[in-house]
Amino acid sequence: MKTDDPDIQWIEEPKLGLAGKMYLPLLIQGLTTTTRHLFSPKITVSFPEARPQIQNPLIYRGVHRLNKDEQGRVKCVACFLCATACPAHCIDIIGVESPWPDREKYPESFSIDELRCIYCGMCEEACPVDAIELTSLFDLTGRSREEMIFDKEKLLSVYDQTKDTEPMKSHELGGTV
Amino acid sequence: MTNDLTQSFVIEALVKIALLIGGLMTAAAYLVLLERWIAAWVQDRIGPNRVGVPLTKIKMFGLGQPLADGLKFIFKEEITPHQVDKFLYTLAPISILAAGLAAFAAVPFGSVLPSDANIPGVEHQIDLVVAPGFDVGLIYVFALGSIAVYGVILGGWASNSKYSFLGGLRSSAQLIAYELPMGLGILGVVLFCGSLRLETIIGVQATNGVWNVVYQPLGFVVFLIAAFAESARLPFDLPECEQELIGGYHTEYAGMRLLMYLIAEFLHMVTAAFLIVILFFGGWHLWGLTGSGNEVTWLTAIARVLVLSIKVLGVILFFMMARWSWPRFRFDQLMALSWKVMLPLGLVNLVAVASLVEFQHGRGGTNWLAVAVMWGVAVATLIAAGVLAPLAGDNRPRWNLEPGGETKGAGL
Repeated sequence: MKTDDPDIQWIEEPKLGLAGKMYLPLLIQGLTTTTRHLFSPKITVSFPEARPQIQNPLIYRGVHRLNKDEQGRVKCVACFLCATACPAHCIDIIGVESPWPDREKYPESFSIDELRCIYCGMCEEACPVDAIELTSLFDLTGRSREEMIFDKEKLLSVYDQTKDTEPMKSHELGGTV
Repeated sequence: MTNDLTQSFVIEALVKIALLIGGLMTAAAYLVLLERWIAAWVQDRIGPNRVGVPLTKIKMFGLGQPLADGLKFIFKEEITPHQVDKFLYTLAPISILAAGLAAFAAVPFGSVLPSDANIPGVEHQIDLVVAPGFDVGLIYVFALGSIAVYGVILGGWASNSKYSFLGGLRSSAQLIAYELPMGLGILGVVLFCGSLRLETIIGVQATNGVWNVVYQPLGFVVFLIAAFAESARLPFDLPECEQELIGGYHTEYAGMRLLMYLIAEFLHMVTAAFLIVILFFGGWHLWGLTGSGNEVTWLTAIARVLVLSIKVLGVILFFMMARWSWPRFRFDQLMALSWKVMLPLGLVNLVAVASLVEFQHGRGGTNWLAVAVMWGVAVATLIAAGVLAPLAGDNRPRWNLEPGGETKGAGL
């Protein structure tokens, strides 16, 4: 580094006044700050007795769900865009010929390994029909690895469980519903 | 008869020791909980509040936490790293804990029991101190405080680890540096009260009705800061500073031996708090509540114990609050504060107290003019220290911007 470079700005620290040199204002400042915080309201949430308030469930990235359409059928068209977008390769789809006239394929099996998932939300972004979405459920527990691989029925049941509190994404949020 | 008397003295001392060690160990455990609570509250958290009665769901605000912590430490694996000097490695925590506990022999934890206490086999009035009438009590406490340094240095050295070694080195330099100002702070009190006995020092303050902090604000400031440094509490915790040295001298310790170090650390803080209260805040004395002489009823005797405990707790709370209020000193600032600020301030205080004692000689009562002069001296000296400001000195390397100039400072 050249010290005579005109682009370098040399800055001196501000000089301390008498009070600053005696540390007094800083001592008082430090003590008042800590004392104020000692009595201020606490921000800890006593989980599990108290549940944390999730600000906006629509943008929270928790457990996945598979949405259903008005007739109660799975919305997924087995296009594999989510599985392709997934950086953790945790989505496994077997697509077969659709029994319904409005689409060519549907997923015979759709499973997500919730332990491999990194909850990045790419699948939700990739889905062209808003079939896969992330809910605000976060306290996911299980006793085995197998149990944590969610199949189609489980993912659809998550939809049933959360559809009242978390509607499908609207247009404003980038959804197609 | 002599034999009986000796026996009763021994039993009396043993009972006091049992009470004191039991009390101190419990207090140290609960002080850890208090420290964690204060830390949590200052950071807007709740702190430990789950552990209560074992095997039940009763929580009791987390008051069972010290028990759980103790059990955890006891059942933890005793890891001895293979590269350590085994003898010294084991000796170090024992010596520091022993020194920390032994220091309390001369520290009064109350005043006296009433003379009509009627405890069988005891005919004299019982002093609430393990070693009553200990004429060099203050020197004894001070000496044991210095022995604690050996525990730190031995632990740092025997661990055979760079972090531990650095912690031990820092600790030795820091404790030597701050023992001088601490001694000067104590010297003012000793000069004023005319005794090294802690009971007498309290007695003088109680009789005068004026605490030493009123007479010696400067000595108090010097002693307080030195006491912080001696007990290695933030902002002077350079022997341990977690961010730089992991754990400092106890980096390589685990299990019970680490527990010994941690208890000894808290005991240092408690000793420092006791000394601050006894030397400068009148010990068990409180106006209109405790009286001043040795003639006590049960009520005043208990009141004195309570007053002393509450004062000590207050000082400990201040220690804990200070931890979160101010950032840690850099090592050169620490040394500068000791040698360039605290030592001169202590000397000024000593001269002022000596003059005060000389002028007060033979006169009773409180000389408020003298008090005003002492406060004037304190403020003037602090301002002088601020103006001369050796701490604001800056030894960082600088670029010389003149063409052809050489760069000053190390490392460039």
